[in-house]
Order: sequence, then C-alpha cells, then structure tokens
Amino acid sequence: MNLTLKVWRQKNATDAGAMVTYKADNIIPDMSFLEMLDVVNEDLLLRGEDPIAFDSDCREGICGTCSLVIDGIAHGGQRGTTACQLHMRHFNDGDVITIEPWRAKAFPVLKDLVTDRSSFDRIIQSGGFVSVNTGGTPDANALPISKLDSDESMDAAQCIGCGACVAACKNASAMLFVSAKVSHLALLPQGRAEAETRVLNMVRTMDKEGFGNCTVTGSCEAVCPKEISLDFIAKLNREYGKAVLVNRAERQNAGA
Amino acid sequence: MILTRIFHSSLGKKYIMAITGGAMFLFVVAHLLGNLQIFLGPEAINRYGHFLQSNMEIVWPARIGLLIMIGLHIWSAISLAAENKAARPIAYVNTKTVAASYASRTMMMSGLIIFAFILYHLLHYTVQAPVVNLKHVDFRTLHDPEHRHDVYNMMIIGFSHPAVCAIYLIGMALLCLHLSHGVNSMFQSLGWRKKTYGECLSKAARVIAALIFVGYASIPIAVITRFLVQK
Ligand code: FES
Repeated sequence: MNLTLKVWRQKNATDAGAMVTYKADNIIPDMSFLEMLDVVNEDLLLRGEDPIAFDSDCREGICGTCSLVIDGIAHGGQRGTTACQLHMRHFNDGDVITIEPWRAKAFPVLKDLVTDRSSFDRIIQSGGFVSVNTGGTPDANALPISKLDSDESMDAAQCIGCGACVAACKNASAMLFVSAKVSHLALLPQGRAEAETRVLNMVRTMDKEGFGNCTVTGSCEAVCPKEISLDFIAKLNREYGKAVLVNRAERQNAGA
Repeated sequence: MILTRIFHSSLGKKYIMAITGGAMFLFVVAHLLGNLQIFLGPEAINRYGHFLQSNMEIVWPARIGLLIMIGLHIWSAISLAAENKAARPIAYVNTKTVAASYASRTMMMSGLIIFAFILYHLLHYTVQAPVVNLKHVDFRTLHDPEHRHDVYNMMIIGFSHPAVCAIYLIGMALLCLHLSHGVNSMFQSLGWRKKTYGECLSKAARVIAALIFVGYASIPIAVITRFLVQK
C-alpha cells in the first residue's frame, strides 16, 4: 500500500518545527506502524536526509516508550493498543496520515516526535518508598489480601507510563497516570503505610510539573493502551481528600 | 496547611468546584419545586412568595450563601481553566475528540452563558427593573387582594413577551447541558464515584438535567401558550 505521511519535524528543543509531507510507498499491511516509519527512514537515509526521530523500545506494547499521535488520536485509536502494536492493515491504500508528538508543557519536544517525559519520573520519585521488611521470606497467606483488591491493584499496576492520557486530554492532565500509580499501591496492605504521604506528594509534583486538571471528559481512558479506568481517578480524589482531612502526614512530621 | 492543600492544588480546586456546584444544584432543585406551585394557582405561589419575603432569616442567608458559592465556583473555574490552557502551549495540528461529550468540552461556555442568564434573571424578578421585562410594567406595584406581592401575575406578565420567554428557554437549555456533565463530575471529583454505580450515575445525571429543563421550561411555555393566564 502507498501512503502519504504528514509528520511533525523539529530539529531540536528550541526549533519552531513544522509538518512535513512524505511518501510511504510499498508498505506491507502486516507491518506495525513503527516498522512503516522504519521503512520511510531507510529511504530518507539513502537520500542523505535526517531520519524521523521517534521513541520506541520493546515494540510489543509493554514498555510505554512509543508515543505518537496518529491522525489526531494518541496511539492511533485502536482500543487498548500502543502505536507499536498498531498494524498497517488498519489503514487504507492512499490514506493521508498525520503524525505528531505528545503535546503538553510537561512533555517538551526534544526532536521530531520524541518528547521528554521525565516529569512522569519525577512524579514517581516523589511517591517515595514502600516499606518491605527484610529477613526471611514471609509465609504465603501471612498477609491476607482479597482477590478483588489484588485484581483491582493489578488493573492499576498495568499502567506503562506512556503518557497517552496526557496527550489525549484536552487539558493535558496527568490524572489517569497518577491515579493508577497511587491506586495500585494504596490497594495493597504493603503500600498502605505510606499511602497518605504518597498521594499528597505525587499530587503536588503533578501540579508543579505543569499538567492540567481533570474535567472528567474520559478521553484518557479511551486512548489508554492498558485501559486504565476512570474509576481510579475517583479513587485518587478519594485518597487525596482522606489524606488532607486526616492530615497524618503532617502530624508525623511534627512528631505528634 | 489544609487550606493550602485545598485552595492551591488541582484536586482541591476541583473539590471546591464540586461542593459549590452541588450546593447550587440543590438550590436549583428547591427553586424549581417552589416555582412549580404556579400551576396550583395564585393563592399557593403568592403565599409561598410572601413566606420567603417576610422571613429575612431565610432569604438573606440563602442569598449570601449562594453568592459565596457562585463566587467560589467561578473563581475555581477560571483558575483551573487558566492552568489547563497553560498545560498545552502548542496545539495539535490534527486532533480528534475521543469519548469526551459535547457537554464536557463546553462547560466554560455553558457556565458563562448561565452566569449572564442569572444576572438577567435577578434584574427581571429580584430587582424587578421594569426595563428588562420588555412589558414596561413595574412588578413592584402588583399586589393580590390580600395585599401580598402578586408573584403569580408577575410571572405571567414576565413570561408573556416572546423574547423574554426565549431567554429563559435558552438559559435553561444551557443549564441542562451544564448539569448533564456537572452532576456526574461532582461525584467523580469528590471521589464518590465507584464502578458499581458509576454508569448509573452518569445516566442519572443526564435524566436529572433533562427533568430540570422540562420543569423550568414548562412555566414560560405554559404562559406563552396561554395555558396559564392572568387572574
Ligand atoms: S515500544 Fe514499548 S510499548 Fe510501544
């Protein structure tokens, strides 16, 4: 199949950048979207041009590195799928496809389609640690956890931190990401001890990094390759409210 | 410190948004139930109007309370919206709306129009400025045989001009749009939404919003179609 690509090209972080049109010819429908870009890049290299820079790592939908807004939708619009797992058979011969980077103040573009997502790392860091006792391996079932809680926790833990939620949100809000990270630890007894300080610190870092606010549009949930539910955002709101009211974090710091 | 965590955080400002919105929602419901008494005739609604007017202990705390609610609601909306705008300095060239409802994307627009509507509504029936009722009637001079303020005939005259009727219908349609998203989001922002009843809540919000529209719109429509006439 033959396609026309309109790709965001930007030399470096300070360059203004612009959309540039490329031809992608002889694309095999079984290729992934990133393989299609590899083909285009090989062509560019042969012609002595700068290849299109884009992020990828695992290419099997588990690392969260790939980050493309394809035709106006983060990861291209196939439910529960990362851009690397999106295949060209979902497009038609002759299509014109626009490809843009994640757009958010907290995700500045470094080059072409590559953004700096270290703001997510800083949110994770601010979440702090989980207390785990050293010593012998604990007995199985010494710490009872209901199947429901563990399932819900694992649902939240599926988040691969790709940032599609931010990219899709009209407010560039990171609430779905933060809610997944806060929830998966808050749901388990091991993570419960530091739950209050964790949620307070992560929300503060999220705000400081310049992400927008949640207006409950549901776009994040719809594009999330791991289908993290909006219910976790309600849980984050609940956890934050509890932490503010109980205020244990501060009482601890004050030594009370 | 608790106040900083509420007034200076994104989540806290959403709590304010939700709580003030919730309070105003309750007022909207109560106000509707009060107004629907017009269908019971002059006696019922004039007595109700007289009851409110003669009890300053009810009217003024309610007015001041609502003023604070609306002030905080608008303050948090503007503050959050400014942050949202700043969060995406460079727009997408091509962007498709995924999942987000029309109501959810236009809360600011519907909110501002509702605010303008409220100002008109206050001038119309609270301040009772004769210029805005387009009938050139001074509502303050209307009294029923029992010397109470004649709320019944004031409403009939007030809605009998088609332009005024249209303003109310538009105002209520936008309120309906605003609430169809707002009532649901309020629970989400306060963390009171759970998987078990989440879907039900979203649907209920839309049904309630529609009922509020039907309730409020029924009065000007009844007047303009002469179902309700001056007595
Ligand atoms: S490259 Fe790892 S998820 Fe796409």
